[in-house]
Amino acid sequence: MKPGYIRRFSRTERTLHWVNATGFFLLLTTGLILYLPSLSVDVGRRPLIKNIHFWGGIGWVAALILIVLLGDRRGMLRLARELDVFEREDVNWLRGRRPREQDRFNAGQKLNAILTAAFVILFLVSGLLLWAGEQDTRFRFASTVLLHDGLLYISLVLLLGHLYLTLIHPATRHALHGMVLGTVREDWAKRHHGRWKIFE
Amino acid sequence: MDELAPGSAGEPEAPRRIGRGVFLGTVVGGLSSLWWGKAVWGPVSHALSGVEAAIPLVPTKGWRIYTVAATMPVFEPHSWRLNIGGLVEQPQALSYDELRALPQVSQVSTFHCVTGWTVNGVHWRGVRFKDLLAQAKPLPGAHALQFVSAEKPYIDYLTLEQAMLPDAMLAWEMDGKPLLQEHGAPVRVVIPDMYGYKNVKWVEEINLVPKPGNGYWELLGYDRDAWVGRSNGYYS
Repeated sequence: MKPGYIRRFSRTERTLHWVNATGFFLLLTTGLILYLPSLSVDVGRRPLIKNIHFWGGIGWVAALILIVLLGDRRGMLRLARELDVFEREDVNWLRGRRPREQDRFNAGQKLNAILTAAFVILFLVSGLLLWAGEQDTRFRFASTVLLHDGLLYISLVLLLGHLYLTLIHPATRHALHGMVLGTVREDWAKRHHGRWKIFE
Repeated sequence: MDELAPGSAGEPEAPRRIGRGVFLGTVVGGLSSLWWGKAVWGPVSHALSGVEAAIPLVPTKGWRIYTVAATMPVFEPHSWRLNIGGLVEQPQALSYDELRALPQVSQVSTFHCVTGWTVNGVHWRGVRFKDLLAQAKPLPGAHALQFVSAEKPYIDYLTLEQAMLPDAMLAWEMDGKPLLQEHGAPVRVVIPDMYGYKNVKWVEEINLVPKPGNGYWELLGYDRDAWVGRSNGYYS
């Protein structure tokens, strides 16, 4: 590790993040081709794109599950606990009050991670229902397509916010270093994550 | 908001396990929307339709383009013909101009897809099937229409009775413009009382037959009589 740097994300966490991101972009691209009429016309090949989208979705979720099972399972449990707990400072952080020193994840990152995980499940279930409903009436709900679309719209908002904070906003974009290499500058971490146990 | 205030002096605060609640709440809320989603969104989207006209909230008014083949049929105005055959006295091969010279009607109707999306207030212009079939003169044994799409292998059927519904037509104009390629140029079936898969796009051949058969989606288990709200597992 370079001097002045500390470890923020384990290899399992980084793999989970990047596999999730890759899968999401594949599904976003193929999904938009299926969804937007202008793209549908330009690209065509709907049956092929549909297959890529369907099997891509299955592969995406399967890969996420495999990473959790084959990776650092104890670390994953620790991560789940970290995301579960909102201390008084976290609630203050969300409401713009003090004191609001943050742990390894700030409250916004926790919410983003929680919603992202919940959306994976909802995308999977609604996607499987869209597919199954095509074969069998019993799996057909009038609102399945609405749920799948709604998830897309909310995900896009979360994604844009995430990309802004991680690529553009000067105070926070150093976090990308952590997600790529695993380490972040100690002084940066102290400023943004003062309650992180590594500093006790 | 007492529970968010600092804990009383000296007592260690119990960690607040909020994350799991947010997670479960999102999953349960999302899944339950399978039952309430459309009921809630329908009136909202209807109320927003005024805004929608000025600022599109969803792409192209909510249309999605469903196709079954790798490429979409291309309309060649000069060589295109609509063939009307089968159990008729006078088989027809109408050019695009001849078709549009038939008695025209226009209507505004709602388009429902069996997968759950709906487009309100679609303007159609075309010809009623009674006028379309007048010159061909169906024989007494003809009780159904077979629509053959230029998108292979898509076909579907309507009974003559269904095709004679007052708002069923063969349309060549949508929202004041010639039908776009993705909507079935040059002509498609419009039957608002039935789900979209009975509204065959890219129609190039209509055959009068003794009785309806199974179309593309019916062969995959969909209902032959695709009444909106009264078929395909939906009974509202």
